[in-house]
Amino acid sequence: MTTVDVDIEKLLGNIAAGLKTLLQTRKADAVTMIGIHTGGVWIARRLHQQLQLNEPLGELDISFYRDDFTRAGINPQVKPSRLPSPIDDRHIILVDDVLYTGRTIRAALNEIFDYGRPAAVTLVALVERGGRELPIQADVFGIHLDVAPDQQVKLLGPDPLRLTITESRVAHAGRGGT
Amino acid sequence: MNQAVSQLDSDGRLRHFLTIEGLKRDILEDILDTAESLSSVTEQSVKKVPLLRGKTIVNLFFEPSTRTRTTFELAAKRLSADVLNINVSTSAAAKGETLLDTLKNLEAMHCDMFVVRHERSGTAHFFARHAQPHISVINAGDGRHAHPTQAMLDMFTIRRVKGRINGLRVAIVGDILHSRVARSQIHALAVLGASEIRVVAPKTLIPAAAHTLGVHVFHDLRQGLRDVDVVIALRLQSERMQGAMLPSEREYFHLYGVTEKALEAAHPDAIVMHPGPVNRGVEIQSSVADGPRSVILQQVTHGIAVRMAVMSLAMGHRPPAEAPK
Repeated sequence: MTTVDVDIEKLLGNIAAGLKTLLQTRKADAVTMIGIHTGGVWIARRLHQQLQLNEPLGELDISFYRDDFTRAGINPQVKPSRLPSPIDDRHIILVDDVLYTGRTIRAALNEIFDYGRPAAVTLVALVERGGRELPIQADVFGIHLDVAPDQQVKLLGPDPLRLTITESRVAHAGRGGT
Repeated sequence: MNQAVSQLDSDGRLRHFLTIEGLKRDILEDILDTAESLSSVTEQSVKKVPLLRGKTIVNLFFEPSTRTRTTFELAAKRLSADVLNINVSTSAAAKGETLLDTLKNLEAMHCDMFVVRHERSGTAHFFARHAQPHISVINAGDGRHAHPTQAMLDMFTIRRVKGRINGLRVAIVGDILHSRVARSQIHALAVLGASEIRVVAPKTLIPAAAHTLGVHVFHDLRQGLRDVDVVIALRLQSERMQGAMLPSEREYFHLYGVTEKALEAAHPDAIVMHPGPVNRGVEIQSSVADGPRSVILQQVTHGIAVRMAVMSLAMGHRPPAEAPK
């Protein structure tokens, strides 16, 4: 396991600035931020604070919406999803730590739309890496990392936040997580 | 009959859920933890997750049931499965179809899971033994043998209310002889580490081999309830009784009814449970059933999350060939 030598605080600052500009351009005022468990919630908490959003932060655990459930089984330690309601006509900022295959985001979108019809969804990721399996891209991200398909990027935290890269024991197995 | 069919797959994960007997602690705790996660689903405004979307679950009830059948149905629906309810009074069994024919016909309709209740012990095992490999069978009560999901929702309720099961003293009061619920509860409590399991009943309502289950037998209610943390009252199953097992219901209530007075012997924080349906004034005093110690309605609520957990665990562990492409 190696730690990625980046200043996460600086990345968060960049994301917050980028997001602010984006929301102004899109004239989004009714904003709701939602973090995806677990790393995405850590990132979302920091951004929520920096942007001084009024609406409470939402938290999503997408375990029950995963597409590999029949293969992987369910993780018994699923945390409850908490969405500040209602989300109809809100501008959602969806936050995750690492954007990889896009399957987590697909699951999160499905769960959000089970709760209502948001006006728009903006995707924010701390890290984006290659390996997308779905047509999903981040609107704002902190850093792009060039990593091999058998390497795993993981955010450790919540205090301090630290990015690590590990070699997967079996290449290509267990993909589709992030 | 238990040896012929395994509840676990080759990786040791739940495939069928037929009985608590023989299951290890990690499997039972996995069910409780999964139920804890799923209970959040049942409490939020959108009470549905897509875990079992596209699966067909058959509730096959050869014996009347309201609570168990409806909570199984609700559990399946909250997991987005399609549910078929078949009751014996309206089914072909009344016309003489054998169990095996019923099973084969439902298989031919490409069902994925059978939830089976039958008055004869071993029916769920029979289904598990003869069903195709991709089908899961859940026992929703078979004769006097087992009612494992009821026992697990009771364990879930105890763990939620008391914070643990380990080290607790539990008394099961009433018709132990005819009770599949008691049998499953005793196995579950033992595996999950209850410090003492007592059964309290007249001699005629306790099986001769009760002591082999590792329980302490009491014939006096006050003694049986002394210092217990959990009291489980069982329904008096008059429909299963032949001959003179009891002098009268009034006499039974006088001696074995769980009353405010009898509960004075229990631990001050003791909770009172009942699997339902409740015979007020027979096995339990009305004011106890509705009182502050009672967690009877919580048991019903928890039944949904626990059944969701069992269904999704049993269906979640299909071999990769079965997974969607």
